[in-house]
Amino acid sequence: MNIIIAGDGKVGSMLTRQLSSEGHDITVIDSDARVLESSVERYDVISVQGNCASMSVLQQAGVRDANLLIAATSEDEINLLCCTTAHALNPKLHTIARIRNPEYTDQIYRMREIFGLSMVINPENQAATEIDRLLKYPGFLRRDTFAKGRTEIVELRVDSGSKLCNVKLMDLRGIIKCQVLVCAVIRGGSTVAPKGDFVLREGDRVFVTALSQNLTTLLKSLGILSRRARSVTLCGGGRISYYLAKRLKRSGISSRIIEKDYVRCQELCELLPDTDIICGDISEQALLESEDLAQTDAIVTLTGLDELNMIVSLYGTAQGVPQVITKLGHTGNRSVIDSLSLGSVISPRELVCSNIVRYVRAMEHQTGAAISVHTIADGQAEAMEFLVDEHTRNCGKPLKEIKLKPNVLLVSIAHGAVTEIANGDSSYVRGDVVVVVTNGREVIRQFNDIFA
Amino acid sequence: MNYKMMGHFLAQILSIEGIFMLPALGISLYCGEMAAFRGFLDTLLLIVGIVLVLFLLCRGAPSAFRAREGLVCVGISWIVLSLVGCLPFYISREIPSYIDCFFEMVSGFTTTGASIVPDVEALSKAILYWRSFSHWLGGMGVLVFLLAFTGEKGQGFTMHLLRAESPGPNVGKLVPKMRKTAAILYLIYVVLTILDIVFLMAGDMPLFEAVCTAFGTAGTGGFGIKNDSMGGYSPYLQNVTTVFMILFGVNFSCYYLLLIRQWKSVILDEELRAYLGIILGSIVLITLNLRGYYGTIGETLRHAAFQVGSIITTTGFSTTDYDLWPSFSRTILLCLMVIGACAGSTGGGLKVARVLLLFKGLHRNVRQMLQPRKVELVRNNGQTVSQKVLDNTNTYLVAYVIILFVVFTIISLDGFSVGTNFSAVLCTFNNIGPGLEAVGPTCNFSQYSSLSKLVLSWAMLAGRLEIFPILVLFSRSTWKQR
Repeated sequence: MNIIIAGDGKVGSMLTRQLSSEGHDITVIDSDARVLESSVERYDVISVQGNCASMSVLQQAGVRDANLLIAATSEDEINLLCCTTAHALNPKLHTIARIRNPEYTDQIYRMREIFGLSMVINPENQAATEIDRLLKYPGFLRRDTFAKGRTEIVELRVDSGSKLCNVKLMDLRGIIKCQVLVCAVIRGGSTVAPKGDFVLREGDRVFVTALSQNLTTLLKSLGILSRRARSVTLCGGGRISYYLAKRLKRSGISSRIIEKDYVRCQELCELLPDTDIICGDISEQALLESEDLAQTDAIVTLTGLDELNMIVSLYGTAQGVPQVITKLGHTGNRSVIDSLSLGSVISPRELVCSNIVRYVRAMEHQTGAAISVHTIADGQAEAMEFLVDEHTRNCGKPLKEIKLKPNVLLVSIAHGAVTEIANGDSSYVRGDVVVVVTNGREVIRQFNDIFA
Repeated sequence: MNYKMMGHFLAQILSIEGIFMLPALGISLYCGEMAAFRGFLDTLLLIVGIVLVLFLLCRGAPSAFRAREGLVCVGISWIVLSLVGCLPFYISREIPSYIDCFFEMVSGFTTTGASIVPDVEALSKAILYWRSFSHWLGGMGVLVFLLAFTGEKGQGFTMHLLRAESPGPNVGKLVPKMRKTAAILYLIYVVLTILDIVFLMAGDMPLFEAVCTAFGTAGTGGFGIKNDSMGGYSPYLQNVTTVFMILFGVNFSCYYLLLIRQWKSVILDEELRAYLGIILGSIVLITLNLRGYYGTIGETLRHAAFQVGSIITTTGFSTTDYDLWPSFSRTILLCLMVIGACAGSTGGGLKVARVLLLFKGLHRNVRQMLQPRKVELVRNNGQTVSQKVLDNTNTYLVAYVIILFVVFTIISLDGFSVGTNFSAVLCTFNNIGPGLEAVGPTCNFSQYSSLSKLVLSWAMLAGRLEIFPILVLFSRSTWKQR
């Protein structure tokens, strides 16, 4: 596919890397020549320098033959203008615009209509949604949802003293009183596709497939279901905090925001009538103590400084706060991050990229292509959702008789209203939705690729 | 100070007063009341003279008009209106002392309804009409009327006039044009008044009495045309008046919102809810407290509702001598006197909106002491209230309390009981009318000395114009040339 990426910032370059490695033809537009140069050096793409909202620049970038335009400059209004202009030049073009201003969030759907956008992305809002989902089930480091919300892949950490410690996977059924399937384990920074005789060790991060309705049972049987967070402290008063506080209010969780800048505090106070706004510098130990940070149910660190977020999260973990969520802008060195106890780590940029990549793959939608793709295990594995159609092979056969490629696992099957975690006797028929996990080294373009 | 412009305004306001005197002149002629006719005719001639002189003197006034001029203009206009408006009483010899006439007229224009006339029924019809009509004109404001109908090609300065004359902590326009805003307010006012007249006449009240009563109700004034105020009328008429008093105590912008079908913002309006809540609570408490005073529970309820409605809207009608009620009920009435009606209504008092803001500010400050780092804002109807408005409200309360006690001290010279004096100050300053004890609903203010009457008149004006337009007249910096 021909894809134009306007704005070569953090999100833009991450998308460039991801999409060009998937084999798409990428044209990058940016006004800064130096940024473009480094992109062209690192990835197999071409670049156009200029204002992405100008017609001549768009034409130069080949907008007439493009299939998709992603506008991710720092200005919402330029993104919108870029998308509408491009749309006028090529009516068949799909457009994705990044809109971040909270004042526009309530009108996103109308704006999609008015400006003919295919998709609107808001990294901060998505991060807030993600954090909100995590706060609903303390104990999971991450949740991914499939099959219209009926299947989930959740990430757990095996701590010392956990019931999972030193347990063989085949014995898991005895401990967890519901059907689950471990689809990946990260040990010491590398991902393993585990077999039945794999033994879990302390420090492992385990990706478990379970039905959404069984999540509570899962946590209970592992003895890690602490009560749901009722009061949450958000450090930093940025946009994510704003979105998150609004969401938490809706689900009846009380939150407070600690922000350094007094003027921003007043703004937040005006926008969020039901949230406690505290003005203070989170990097001061005295503030952490005077605000009883250790007493809160959950800490979410959302300041603009990764280092500060990490320090406050470490402090929270050390004080025994039940749930800690850390926002990081740079997640380059995962093994270092993993070695610290930062709780769940959220990167808004990664969330947005995986969302867009998912959209791009859905656009390719030929027969048997994935409906959605989620990257799990720090990008080392992928979970894909497929629709079984008339071309799918092996319909109706029990799974134990089907030979799959190595490192490919079929984890769940949804027949109409019934969803099950796959075992040797399960089978799928036409119309079912199937979730498959691969370790990423296998190129899976359509469902039939999973068979050996 | 732009004296020429102010003279210009004054001339216009006097002409309006003159025009509104014409119906009274007609009534006196129709009823053959020659003394009253002389009174009105002489006054009208005087007004024509003054207006002509003012217009001649103030030709070509520069149009620089600022907040200072706005405040002073409103203050002076109201004083001049009363000085001239009371002349018919004096010339017709129906009220012999000029100071008494002035007190009566100020009481009329400020919609107080405190009277020095011992026998109201002895007054001529034209005078009664003029007395009641002054309530109606003073209720919504004379300058607002001027803005609505003369189409003063208002630049920004008209806002100063509206702000100075309209009650409430946060006066704003309803629509972009000042003239239209003023016209909308008067339209609502006129329609509600006519409705009131219709309902009263449906209860077999004669036209003249219905009109006068409706004027008293609409302006939340309270001059009765009977010696026993509303006591002699049928329960139906009393109930109609109760309902309309409460309606006129509601912020008029609520009616505008109803007109443009914004039901939700009316229903959710915090001030309206608080106002109705206070009324309901007071009625229940007084009814419980009055068990055994009247024959039936229905009668008790009717009197309680009428009196609560009359006092909180600062009207001052009465159906019964509430001075005979137990002290708990009387104290509730005293509290209602201070709270007053909604901002932007025709009522007086501190205004429910201000009381709400004061409570919210207090609540915020107490919490701030417990959690000094916490940032908190005061909200009203979901909107943030700026610190400036809060400061103004606090300043208003301070000025209110100081004036209350100064006036209280001065009139204490006359030697009446503390209760009488205190209620007299409260009910003039808050534009109610009758108070308790010697100034209760069956008595009047005639026994006070001339000094007290002047001071109380001043308090009425200060109360109606929300203190500052009257206070600036006494500030040296107002009169200093820049």
